[in-house]
Amino acid sequence: MHQHTRIEEQIDLPFLESLRISFQSLKIRFGRSIITTAGITLGIAFLVSVWTNNEIDLALQESGRSSTIANLEETSEQGISTKDIWLIIMSLIVCVVGIANSMLMAVTERFREIGTMKCLGALDGFVVRLFLLESGFQGFAGALIGALLGTLGAVALGLKDYGLDLFFYFPLLPATPEDAPMRIGVLLLILFGCILGMLLAVIGSSFPAWRAAKLPPAEAMRTEV
Amino acid sequence: MPDIVVKTEDVVKEYRMGSNVLRALDGINIEIERGEYISLMGPSGSGKSTLFNMIGALDRPTEGQVYIDGQNMSNLSQRQIAAFRCHRVGYIFQSYNLLNVRTAHGNVTLPMIFAGIPDKQRNEKAEKLLDKVGLGDRMYHLPDELSGGQRQRVAIARALANDPSIILADEPTANLDTITGREIIDLIKQLNIEQGVTVISATHDLKMLDVSDRIVDIRDGLVERIRDRDEIEIQIGEVGGHE
Repeated sequence: MHQHTRIEEQIDLPFLESLRISFQSLKIRFGRSIITTAGITLGIAFLVSVWTNNEIDLALQESGRSSTIANLEETSEQGISTKDIWLIIMSLIVCVVGIANSMLMAVTERFREIGTMKCLGALDGFVVRLFLLESGFQGFAGALIGALLGTLGAVALGLKDYGLDLFFYFPLLPATPEDAPMRIGVLLLILFGCILGMLLAVIGSSFPAWRAAKLPPAEAMRTEV
Repeated sequence: MPDIVVKTEDVVKEYRMGSNVLRALDGINIEIERGEYISLMGPSGSGKSTLFNMIGALDRPTEGQVYIDGQNMSNLSQRQIAAFRCHRVGYIFQSYNLLNVRTAHGNVTLPMIFAGIPDKQRNEKAEKLLDKVGLGDRMYHLPDELSGGQRQRVAIARALANDPSIILADEPTANLDTITGREIIDLIKQLNIEQGVTVISATHDLKMLDVSDRIVDIRDGLVERIRDRDEIEIQIGEVGGHE
């Protein structure tokens, strides 16, 4: 057996190895991953649908075609109403809290796993990187699906309100009309949704993962959820 | 001069629980020789698991020093501690602590991945180790598909992955029935003899007594007494009578 007295330094793992481990983990935990991802999808879908819906309203108002509903409610009002702003802010909050919560849960139930990996010689940084990769991928996939679903939802609503006119004036690209509020366009909104979802997922999981990785393994493994 | 592999010096561990301070270890001094089979015994709450964590660098003592291979553990950097856990020690736990997302084979390769051993080499070694613990035919099963005894065998194979000089076993038989527990103890003892691995086991399983070279009785965070094997022999008869 070994008789060395000097204790060597632990090596860093190649990136590919981390990638492989994180994908394996996502694949085998597929059911659980789907639930976490669904949390992200729903949050982003809600946000993007509300926002896109608003963009559509703006674009069609500008084109001079107001929806039947808008006709009844707020014909005179141009641009984003306070109600719309509130709705967007609310959906943003719901999205942030929802994603942070599902990521927190997903990491907390894996504290023992983190402790075990450290017993086997994992560096703190490796543990954090693993969760970063997993959650980044989950976040991106979930958010992309959510953004697309949200856009579809908003389009469906728009079709109901404006009919096929919607497609002639669809606010796909950013626009800065002179006498109306600026629009960022649906494409950018989808991109924004993806980035936001990914960012929230990564922050929501790597922060608790970092905290768990810092704990002595005995403590991490003791943590009961 | 005996070859001391583990030495603790006045190790104290306190846990803070609100305003209360719980003193789990109250100044522990022990020396463990290379190749020994040591059992830390004591009732639950005696501090044996805490001591186990200190020896395995799984937790830091509040006061005192732990030396392993003459190296003061509190002087090690984070990277050195990780390397220490990876190469020098093999851990076996009461609840197995296998990664449920990895197969038996995947669990055994993990410490070798951390050690930077190439793909082919580690796969072969994992197969060899799993064969050795008698799981040659269930290598690619997930832990959920294995019995308690089989999971503990995977944990033993995993503990051996990087040829450690110390095996630390925390109540390895507590979740197993008597017969399976016996088999696990025999397996660990076999490794102790064949490979000269030092075995340190926290336990209150009396079956552990007759394979141990020495028994350290822990009570209320202190070493109550240390018994040698020949002192134990007599008592085993009594224990056997009770079982």
